[in-house]
Amino acid sequence: MSDQHEAEPSAEPYVPTAATTTAQGTGAPAPDQPRGRQPLTGSAIIQAVTEGNSVVITILAFFIALLVGAVLIVASDPVVLRAWDSVGYAPGTAFSATWTSVSSAYSALFEGAIFSPATISAAFHGGSIAAIFYPLSLTTFEATPLILTGLSVALCFRAGMFNIGAAGQWIGGAVVATWLGYAVNLPIVLHAVVCIIGAFAGGAVIGWIVGEIKARTGAHEVILTIMLNYVMYNLLAFLLSSRNLMQAPSQTSALAPPVRGSAMLPHVGGPPPQVGVGFLIALAAAAATAWLLSRSTLGFEFRTVGASPSAARSAGIRVERVWVLAFLIAGGLAGLSASTIVQGQTAPLTTTSYGTYGFDGITVALLGRARPLGVVLAGLLFGAMNAGGTVMEAATGVPADVTNVIEALIVLFVAAPPLIRLLFRLRGTGGAGPQAVASKGWSG
Amino acid sequence: MTTTLDAPAPVRAPVPVGRRYLAAGTFILLGLIDIFVFGLFAHRGDAVFALSLPGATPKLPGIHVPGALTAYLLGAISIALGILRAVADLSPRGKRITIAIALLCFLLSLLAWADAGSSVGPLQVIDLLQGTLTASIPLMLGAMAGLMCERSGVINIAIEGQLLTGAFTAAAVASATGGVWLGLIGGSLTGGLVGVILAIFAITFLVDQIIVGVVLDVIALGLTNYLYNRVLSPYANTFNTGNTFGTLKIPVLGNIPIIGPIFFDANVFLYITYALILVIQIGLFRTRWGLRVRAVGEHPVAADTVGIRVRWTRYRNVILGGLIAGIGGAYLTVGSVGFFTSDISSGFGYIALAAMIFGRWTPLGSVAAALLFGFSFQLQTELSVLRVPVSSFILLMAPYVATIIAVAGLVGRVRPPAADGKPYIKA
Repeated sequence: MSDQHEAEPSAEPYVPTAATTTAQGTGAPAPDQPRGRQPLTGSAIIQAVTEGNSVVITILAFFIALLVGAVLIVASDPVVLRAWDSVGYAPGTAFSATWTSVSSAYSALFEGAIFSPATISAAFHGGSIAAIFYPLSLTTFEATPLILTGLSVALCFRAGMFNIGAAGQWIGGAVVATWLGYAVNLPIVLHAVVCIIGAFAGGAVIGWIVGEIKARTGAHEVILTIMLNYVMYNLLAFLLSSRNLMQAPSQTSALAPPVRGSAMLPHVGGPPPQVGVGFLIALAAAAATAWLLSRSTLGFEFRTVGASPSAARSAGIRVERVWVLAFLIAGGLAGLSASTIVQGQTAPLTTTSYGTYGFDGITVALLGRARPLGVVLAGLLFGAMNAGGTVMEAATGVPADVTNVIEALIVLFVAAPPLIRLLFRLRGTGGAGPQAVASKGWSG
Repeated sequence: MTTTLDAPAPVRAPVPVGRRYLAAGTFILLGLIDIFVFGLFAHRGDAVFALSLPGATPKLPGIHVPGALTAYLLGAISIALGILRAVADLSPRGKRITIAIALLCFLLSLLAWADAGSSVGPLQVIDLLQGTLTASIPLMLGAMAGLMCERSGVINIAIEGQLLTGAFTAAAVASATGGVWLGLIGGSLTGGLVGVILAIFAITFLVDQIIVGVVLDVIALGLTNYLYNRVLSPYANTFNTGNTFGTLKIPVLGNIPIIGPIFFDANVFLYITYALILVIQIGLFRTRWGLRVRAVGEHPVAADTVGIRVRWTRYRNVILGGLIAGIGGAYLTVGSVGFFTSDISSGFGYIALAAMIFGRWTPLGSVAAALLFGFSFQLQTELSVLRVPVSSFILLMAPYVATIIAVAGLVGRVRPPAADGKPYIKA
């Protein structure tokens, strides 16, 4: 919001009122108003591009991030560096080595995430058509937990809070789902459903603790969630290393027993290219969150508190109750993310199973502008980067960590539309960054 | 302009009713644990606290106390404090003293229980305290870095990233050049560079400061992992040789029994930390610079009105903070283990942030909180040496639970600098 210049909207009235003048780009649009349904005429598109609307900003941010990633890949490639050492004698070699290094890495990334041209030509020569969709199914698989933690963070953003605790809530869900998964014996579908509900409840309890403490004492949720994350990391390690609690029998390392087959989430759609039920759960959760935020009374209260707690209080909304409920549901969503991993993979729960799902959820939520559909798309993009990164590392030896840098850079640039506009000489003030969703200090 | 001053109506969370009883209850609970856990379950025999390191030259006699009796006594003191807290209305200072005493009682009875009748030997008190100080160095420096930023009104969640990149550069530079001091400087400058990026996005581009901080942390982790796997690991002989600073014993002070080995027999990072704490404490509260920084952090409009350059002050402080955090990062590699490993800062930056808030945005308070965390890390090590039948993970959990209790109001409501986290836009 704060990057709106006062002078710009005031210049607007002097523009001759052409018949096509729209409200787009003037002032600050209400955060929840979708852009007006205007006809997509050529001039509207050009205007959108030059003013840098949110989609364009995202694409340009993606482009810059890929560029920085390319620099990283090249600058750490010994072959390229050697070629540049002798650039005086053989300039062509230096440039071609640079190009080869970047293009091989990025094409492997693409082939691992979207599709590989080789599989298409193979399909024409009697190969399997299913193989074409294999990378995409990996992408959905990687995207599943990210979408769910992303929704968790996004929901809190919309209620004006910052949830850094998705990792701790993830563990809460994982512990409950794992325990229900190995210790309880239930028929096949029921068992999986019970575990999913248990995961939601486990995460929700951890989220509720944060909301409740914040509501009762006014403590800042950022510090509470960070601390609770560490409590949960240690609690997980404690549970998994205690023989009479959750450690698998006849194991010396900290592992939980494997979840029973009856609790596992099945895959739908035949052999290799398949979509896990977890992905469908993620989509359903996104739809439910979207409904909650935009169609329910509670969601309206969330958004009102997010826009201004004092105004919400004046309007008779019980702000503390909103904080508690928002964190409760957010925790449940993070717990669902754990369920898709615990019940979706055969690997047992370990002390590091939580990975970076919690923090990735923050970047996914920011890139998705804290909107459920945006979170799904951002989750898919990051899922694609993760899936492709693994293939890239195997094919070219470029460590997959570079995709994490690219992802974070995208978010950083998306968060700063003025920077993108400055870099690309775009005009206008549209496309407020995610700061519109959470911009306050510790005392908030 | 009108002549009336309208005070902003703050949004207040409802005041918790039973805060006094919460504190009292916690004290009594601690006392009961002292008596019924540590007292009843203590092994027969004395607990021995060794006051000099094994093989140190003025050999001091250890302190022998009966394990169970000590725990009972300390528990009784704690319960008495709880009752006092419930009936008497203490001053803030008095409240803090009671908290300190209750925690100390709890710790001492824990130690008495742990060492009573132990076959492994006495509890190495000096080792425990020495380890506490060194383990706290990155936390103290990280907290100072956060303090520098937040006192001027910029929230710094990127401390973790500054520590991590600082550690990386320090290891790489010290290994490549063979100079540990160059490593330290390189680490510090890298932390400063992260500070520059934070400042540009937060102050110039007005991006939400918590968001920039978190994203910078993610970038720092990805970048250091990438470069570690791509450069440091394959060329470890050049870039990750594990150069470290040696210990530097201060001539006279280092020979004092007990105090010497704890405070004055470490490597240069500890002395740098002392100096920085002193400089920041005096600088913030006793100099013109500090007054201006605090003015910018509390009321930037007023500061601007009297001619203080708000954005410049913030830029300078965020970058200075980055330089300090970078030194903390350098400690993690060239100051202790030497080698860089993936995610070597492992969340120290976030703990430093908590220490700063726990310490109410004051240098000395932050240091005390950082020491509490450092102590719990070191205590866990010492207790595992004594083969205590408590999971180390429960012990490691303790300081985080303590922080939650603290920010939830046991030590009273903490108040950040008024303009912390709010970008300043000149009207």
